[in-house]
Amino acid sequence: MTKTVMKPKSAPVSLPKCTTGIQGLDEITGGGLPKGRPTLVCGGAGCGKTLLGIEFLVRGAVLFDEPGVFLAFEETAEELAQNVRSLGFDLEDLIEKKKLAVDYIHVERSEIEETGEYDLEGLFIRLGHAIDSIGAKRVVLDTLETLFSGLSNDSILRSELRRLFRWLKQRGVTAIITAEKGNGSLTRHGLEEYVSDCVLLLDHRVEGQISTRRLRIVKYRGSSHGTNEFPFLIDEGGVSVFPITSLQLQHKASAERISTGVPALDAMLGGQGVYRGSSVLLSGTAGVGKTSLACHAANACCQRGERCLYIAFEESEAQLLRNMRSIGLDLEPWVKKGLLRFQVARPTMNGLEMHLASIHKQVEAFQPQLVIVDPITSFVSSGTGPEASSMMMRLVDYLKSREITALLTNLNHAGTVLEQSEVEISSLIDTWLLLRDIELNGERNRGLYILKSRGMSHSNQIREFLLTDQGVQLTEVYLGPEGVLTGSARLAQEAKEKATAVERSLEIERKRGELERRQQALEAQIAVLQLQFQTDKEEMERDITCEQAYLEKLEQGRHDMARSRKSDSNGHIVTPKKARK
Amino acid sequence: MKKEPHRNGHAVQNAEPKLWQLRLYIAGKTPKSVTAFENLKRICEEHLAGEYEIEVVDLIENPRLAQDDQIVAIPTLVRKLPEPIRKIIGDLSDTERTLVGLQLRSSTK
Repeated sequence: MTKTVMKPKSAPVSLPKCTTGIQGLDEITGGGLPKGRPTLVCGGAGCGKTLLGIEFLVRGAVLFDEPGVFLAFEETAEELAQNVRSLGFDLEDLIEKKKLAVDYIHVERSEIEETGEYDLEGLFIRLGHAIDSIGAKRVVLDTLETLFSGLSNDSILRSELRRLFRWLKQRGVTAIITAEKGNGSLTRHGLEEYVSDCVLLLDHRVEGQISTRRLRIVKYRGSSHGTNEFPFLIDEGGVSVFPITSLQLQHKASAERISTGVPALDAMLGGQGVYRGSSVLLSGTAGVGKTSLACHAANACCQRGERCLYIAFEESEAQLLRNMRSIGLDLEPWVKKGLLRFQVARPTMNGLEMHLASIHKQVEAFQPQLVIVDPITSFVSSGTGPEASSMMMRLVDYLKSREITALLTNLNHAGTVLEQSEVEISSLIDTWLLLRDIELNGERNRGLYILKSRGMSHSNQIREFLLTDQGVQLTEVYLGPEGVLTGSARLAQEAKEKATAVERSLEIERKRGELERRQQALEAQIAVLQLQFQTDKEEMERDITCEQAYLEKLEQGRHDMARSRKSDSNGHIVTPKKARK
Repeated sequence: MKKEPHRNGHAVQNAEPKLWQLRLYIAGKTPKSVTAFENLKRICEEHLAGEYEIEVVDLIENPRLAQDDQIVAIPTLVRKLPEPIRKIIGDLSDTERTLVGLQLRSSTK
């Protein structure tokens, strides 16, 4: 039997407490029952009082080496041993080992005649003897009130009971006294008057044909305690109490990231996937691929060599495996390797608490790193809405406290607000992926986006979610003037874009050619101009030379003429300037 | 445990002699125990002279014995014989009821 024993809170404990060893009870009582004092456990018939008492003793004897005495007023020791054998408690063995003493006290009114004064010293002696014989630290009196039906003198009984509780305190034993619930009062005979340290109320209610056991701490003197009604369960492992939320919110937060099994989705989640130990919610309407995505995550988990527990409420294991094969995902090897375990159950098979307990048990036994619940909405059908959400809260809490990544799928019914999970646990969720239908052009396509993802940067885009032969793929959607385009509309748009692109590149090519031609033309023109210029230049230079030769010739002529006229040498033949001199 | 046989050998009420085996459980010599024993002896002497046997069991000395006869209240008188077993609790100060309890007298009488 593996039972986790919750450690008492480290905060200063005002009252010494006796760890019960009953799963969850120590947690909600902040460490156990008041040590050395009596505790009253009351409730209606069949609510589990006797069992709680027995388990208190058995756990004490087995786990804490504290022997216990069971004073049975209703059942004989043999009957008791038989009744609890199914829970794995071997009373005979414990009795043999002197860890447990059972004394059956039977008071038959028809056999008894009362004549005058008496007291219950016989009871004290028997109890005292039983305590002394094994050195008991724990005592259970089940159900003390039967004395009231066996003995008629109420006033003697009451004063003796008062004495009994005082005596129990003096002996320093931690005691549980069980009592039937009365009409309008906690117990039929008002025992709560005498036992004032700690009172637990057990309850067994049937709602919607599904029964739920609940436990409430009515009072606990000198100690803080959870005041809620805590569902509890009796199964083959004994009593388990489930705190609705653990009293502490001290989950470790891993910085490690793990893949979701879809690379494109990891990329959307900051490139690395989700945090280990976080809770991921996949919500969407029917047929959007929640299960497929969940199976990808399971596959990725097993690929890492980690264990995955898949809790399915809608499909059988074989069906799931077959369906996943159709999208190219073969999970069977993982099942064979023992890395993947399916737990398949109809949601209505059990009440919520049984479901939770069986999940707990599976998790304890299998120690997975990833737990998938597909879908959590099924719980609504096995309980009422608020119950289902409190149960989910406890489940998420539990998994978080063990650093197990939780992947929950949530089926949204058509017409409901998508951004609202059916069981209202959105606030507990770290990463919320929304899968939705996108209806366009007579097609129904799937879109995925991240509604929130705590502690990481993530994409704000809608991606189209495709189920292909190679599994889930995400592609970017086309955002056009008409809105989001998916499916064939997206393909058409993509083709159109491709055509446009080809056209553009042709145009560029053409322009480039023209530019070249123009440049060539320009260069040709420049050459022609240069040639013409060259010609002109040569012509002009020739003219200039001619002109100069002519001028020289003219001068020469004048000179010759003057010489021939034989006039004074420097006469009027010189330039006018020279002549005036 | 001490035995105090009282046998006078005279069958008073019945032709067949029969032995009344009575056991008185007490817890120490408390006033209640003493009263009960005295009352018992008186009643026996009056009604069962010579046919009874009283065994006084002090549970403080022998707490183990309380289990066998399902003793809760103190003092308890157990009629072991004749059968069926009858139990009378209290200090036996109510003689009428004690006689009814011992079935020495029917309750209608």
